[in-house]
Amino acid sequence: MIRVQNLSVNYGAVRALRDVSFEAPTGQITAVLGANGAGKTTLLRTISGLVSPKTGSIHFDERDLVGVATENIARMGIAHVPEGRGVIEELTVEENLRLGAMAAKVDLAEGLREQYERFAALGERRKKLCSTLSGGERQMLAMGRALIAKPRVLLLDEPSLGLAPQVTAQLMRSIHDLCESEHLTVILVEQNAKSALRIAHQAVVLHLGSAVASGDAASVAANDDLRRYYLGVVVE
Amino acid sequence: MSAFLTSAFMHNIFGGLAQGVVYSLVALSLVIIWQSTHVLNFAQGAMAMFATYIGMTEIDRGIGYWWCVIISVAVGMILGGLTERVLIRPLYGKPEINPIVVMVGFLGVIEALAAAIWTSTTRNIAEPFSQIFFHANGNLVYLSPFIIFQIILAICIMLFVAALFRFTKLGLQLRASALAPEVSRLLGIRVSRMLTIGWMLSAGVGAIAAVIQASGSFGLFPTDMDGIFVAGFIAAAVGGLESPIGAVAGGLLIGLAEQFILSYWSPNVAPLGGIIILVVALMIRPQGLFTRQAGRRV
Repeated sequence: MIRVQNLSVNYGAVRALRDVSFEAPTGQITAVLGANGAGKTTLLRTISGLVSPKTGSIHFDERDLVGVATENIARMGIAHVPEGRGVIEELTVEENLRLGAMAAKVDLAEGLREQYERFAALGERRKKLCSTLSGGERQMLAMGRALIAKPRVLLLDEPSLGLAPQVTAQLMRSIHDLCESEHLTVILVEQNAKSALRIAHQAVVLHLGSAVASGDAASVAANDDLRRYYLGVVVE
Repeated sequence: MSAFLTSAFMHNIFGGLAQGVVYSLVALSLVIIWQSTHVLNFAQGAMAMFATYIGMTEIDRGIGYWWCVIISVAVGMILGGLTERVLIRPLYGKPEINPIVVMVGFLGVIEALAAAIWTSTTRNIAEPFSQIFFHANGNLVYLSPFIIFQIILAICIMLFVAALFRFTKLGLQLRASALAPEVSRLLGIRVSRMLTIGWMLSAGVGAIAAVIQASGSFGLFPTDMDGIFVAGFIAAAVGGLESPIGAVAGGLLIGLAEQFILSYWSPNVAPLGGIIILVVALMIRPQGLFTRQAGRRV
């Protein structure tokens, strides 16, 4: 479980997060929703140690992650697929996957086989440079590269960005299936609230850096005011 | 055959290769630092010179040639690592021009320091292989065991660098750290360690270039590596900064061009060889002759 308590982050004079608290239960998907500039990406970057909070704590297995170096957080089993996917274009598909496995104590050959089975398109393009991949393939690679390390927590930053609606639906299904099969704790940052709420167990709504609502996904999805004012979903 | 080997043409070929090897080694050291940090170290030549002077000081105390090589490379690596930690690390995240300016300044400091300690006179290391040219049917072939050693050494280091980046875990981590430091950290790679290792490896290979220069007939003096660095830099740019084979090919090409210009025109215009090759290469293939990518971010 990831427990975020009273987290505040400043970028100079700008307050990116204000006193945010929530829990992401083990083996469940927690959606973090909100408009542009709500602080969603900052939240994930703070969990990963890329941004230092001004106040607050982030507990994972009773250990406070605040002050721990990013690479050590990754080695603890927290995989972060950043905004824009973070695929290294100058490397091949397989090199990207190998990098994912490097810091984890996993069998590389076995890991590669698993990811190529899970994402067949990656297997076909294993020797290709990533600059030649489509948006969907890049997302697959980013997921495969995170999963090859056999993480316990998956932080996903806008995975649906730039993908066609059909591909997004497929992606959301696979995130849901992965969470169940691997018993992964997922924190899913999305602007596409509708898609995310369909698969999430929990949801947190951020607005201008503050958590304006949190709870089980069904109740957030059913709250017309939240959907209208914060999530940009047209309420019939 | 022997007439051909002893011809003026082959004299220029062997002489060009011998000088080109030093350029190739400098270019290889630049390929390493570029591949692993995406910074170009303008004090590379001066740092290599300094490390070699320390090696040469030890030779004065009676150690053998190979110990001098080992000491020079070790000092080069330590100097590289320290430079990264002390001078370059505070500049990460700042404008890209900053490390360039700092290293140009550092170049001046090192050269002044070397001249102050060891004077500006040229120094030689007694080479481990004979520099006496071979003979064919009583005529000179401008090729010596030392030149053959130099060429084999450059090829071995090229293969080492290529294998490092292509096949090893360390090489992949070095490349990833340079290309995408933040993503690499998210994957658990210790990027700051990789950057230090990149500087160390690069400075180690650079030191080998300076040792070879000091072992050759022209010797080494404190500012000697400036011109060699420029030629090595051009060689790396011509070959493509990502390509060890390109670096060696570029270095040899520049060595040959300089030798032919020197022989058929004038020694004063010999450095033009590198410039001509650079201009032509940039016009034909701006990303470098041996780079597989379509574009390069500099």
